[in-house]
Amino acid sequence: METKQRKVEVPVLADLLAKGEKPEYLLWVGSAGAFDDRYKHVSRSFVKVLDFIGTSYAVLGTEESSSGDVARRAGNEMLYQMQALMNIEIFESYEVKKILTCDPHAYNTFKNEYSDLGGRYEVIHHTQFLRDRISDGSLNIPGDALEGSTITFHDPCYLGRANKEYKAPRQVLDALAATKKEMGRNMSFALCCGAGGGQMFKEAEKGEKEVFIERTEEALGTGADIIATACPYCMVMMTDGIKYKNKEDRVKAYDIAELVAQALEL
Amino acid sequence: MEKQFIFLATLLVTLLAFGYTTRRYVGFFKITRGGFPVKQIGRRIGVMLEVAIGQTKIFRRPILGLLHALVFWGFLVILIGSLEMVIDGLTGQERVLSFLGAVYNIIMASGDIFALVIALAIIVFLARRIFLNVKRFSGIEMKHISHLDANVALTIILVLMLSLLGMNTYYVLATQQAGHGLEGVYPVSQLLASRIDAGAHTSELLYQVNWWIHILLVFIFANYLPYSKHFHVFMSVPNVFLSRLEPLGKLDTMESITKEVKIMMDPDQAFASPPEGEAAEEETPERFGVLDVEDVTWKNYLDSLACTECGRCTSVCPANITGKKLSPRKIVMDVRARMKEKGPGLVKKGAEYSDEKSLIRDYISEEELWACTLCNACAQECPININQPALIVGMRRYLVMEESAAPSELNSIFSNIENNGAPWQFSQEDRMLWAEDIVVNDKSQ
Repeated sequence: METKQRKVEVPVLADLLAKGEKPEYLLWVGSAGAFDDRYKHVSRSFVKVLDFIGTSYAVLGTEESSSGDVARRAGNEMLYQMQALMNIEIFESYEVKKILTCDPHAYNTFKNEYSDLGGRYEVIHHTQFLRDRISDGSLNIPGDALEGSTITFHDPCYLGRANKEYKAPRQVLDALAATKKEMGRNMSFALCCGAGGGQMFKEAEKGEKEVFIERTEEALGTGADIIATACPYCMVMMTDGIKYKNKEDRVKAYDIAELVAQALEL
Repeated sequence: MEKQFIFLATLLVTLLAFGYTTRRYVGFFKITRGGFPVKQIGRRIGVMLEVAIGQTKIFRRPILGLLHALVFWGFLVILIGSLEMVIDGLTGQERVLSFLGAVYNIIMASGDIFALVIALAIIVFLARRIFLNVKRFSGIEMKHISHLDANVALTIILVLMLSLLGMNTYYVLATQQAGHGLEGVYPVSQLLASRIDAGAHTSELLYQVNWWIHILLVFIFANYLPYSKHFHVFMSVPNVFLSRLEPLGKLDTMESITKEVKIMMDPDQAFASPPEGEAAEEETPERFGVLDVEDVTWKNYLDSLACTECGRCTSVCPANITGKKLSPRKIVMDVRARMKEKGPGLVKKGAEYSDEKSLIRDYISEEELWACTLCNACAQECPININQPALIVGMRRYLVMEESAAPSELNSIFSNIENNGAPWQFSQEDRMLWAEDIVVNDKSQ
């Protein structure tokens, strides 16, 4: 049987407003989501799922800018606050109430940090959104999805330790038929991928090993053929780690949004 | 009467010495910066009951966690006995709390059992330190003195427990031989007493000897602690009570920066007259971030005093695990050491005092600061809720905003974010390219 294909248009907030429409969620794509070649695929997968569910959402498009998270953690509080105040102004102008994002760093900074500067929103990480849609029945994942695969989940620091969200990503993975294997260091004990705090953009300090290799080795040690992540930094690091260990043929790093899109055969 | 007099004298010396030390520390706190206000007392009590009294975070390593928890809980019970000894010593009475009856029996019995349990736990701790090569007990920050300090403190605790058991044992024997009634119940000591053969005179003498050894050692220990890593015996419960209650992922917002940024974004404000009182207060603008020990908050300093140097933070630090120089424990220890060095001068000569050194560079290198991934594993692990990342970010803030001394790659992401709103050099106009030509298999029918 031939499956019909259909184009997905990603709604932009300014366009919707011009038509007098107001979406429920602002989808914050993030710089990696918009520009990183690997992570663009995650953004594309996630909007496919949003489209599939029929979620009312829109993106800022060319009005989006850096959340300021990385500047802040690298010590540039001045630049962070400039970005934050600018973003808050834009959110206000569109009367944004709910922000949806795949990036735990943006999630953390919007949820916990923007409030100090006057920006208060309900912020939802995409794993939480997917978990809620599965449990309210609006997202039905076929029972045999990804059967035969083995998935290990790498906890992003800013979803896990920073915001104590360990369950949502695992609950989404539980909807897949694949076998799940935990790494020795998981949840609040999880080892960082090595990219946070500005490390993503700079050479690592001198040491015996790169953090992403240490973590990838641990993930590979589970025997999983899929390393699931839920963060753009983790995705880059796990993908690089798999390459470094020459395991690209056998093991893949996927974001949870991509796994859901795969499961739905979108 | 003689005993009472000697006891009073030693107690006064103890209190005076302790008062002197405390005054020094209070002085150091006065030169630190304001941190968060202490509110939400109810929630704080909850955190204290859970993390400090309940020892929940130390149980993240279950076996040693249990040993530590037993030592801690034992200390709480034995503390009541020590208070009784102080009252006894001052009033010349014996076992003054025995009027509590059954409650007294329970306290004494559990204290007696705990004394044995603690002694055994301390032997395990000492053996681990002396005979096993535990990685977390080593590191560049762990000098000979740190190990010596740990072993001295543990040995004092061991002798404290042995003298407590000795005191109880000979108290049991002495009362039996004198035909007095025994106050309290002592399961371990009564067992020991049944196996010891001693004359009435010897029993009474050894009871007194152990009594004095125990209480004098308590006094010495109390005055040794403030100069030791074992200061955590006093400081950890308050430190947990004064925990930062925000999620680990939240950094503190610098209000001094907010003012500047708002002026930059709205130039009209720059010419508006500043509100009065406020302008007078801020003659010299505060330094951005942390260069030296006078820039840390009271909480950062409290953290450094409460730190037990257990190294759990460093043992989970991704940078440290992979051989980088950064060790979160060192950062905390450096704050304490630097305050010890510069604090007295600052207290005496005021904020302008300089000894030509600073926390950054003379104690903590830039290499250490830039190796951090801000993953919060250290803060998550700390059994007494120390916040190491706050210090690291504070020092990064100084380097970036006062010296523009970030690694060059970070400087370029700063300028990219400023110019085109992303860490990379992509135009903001291209922010929708990812969304072109997305095609799905249509499942709607």
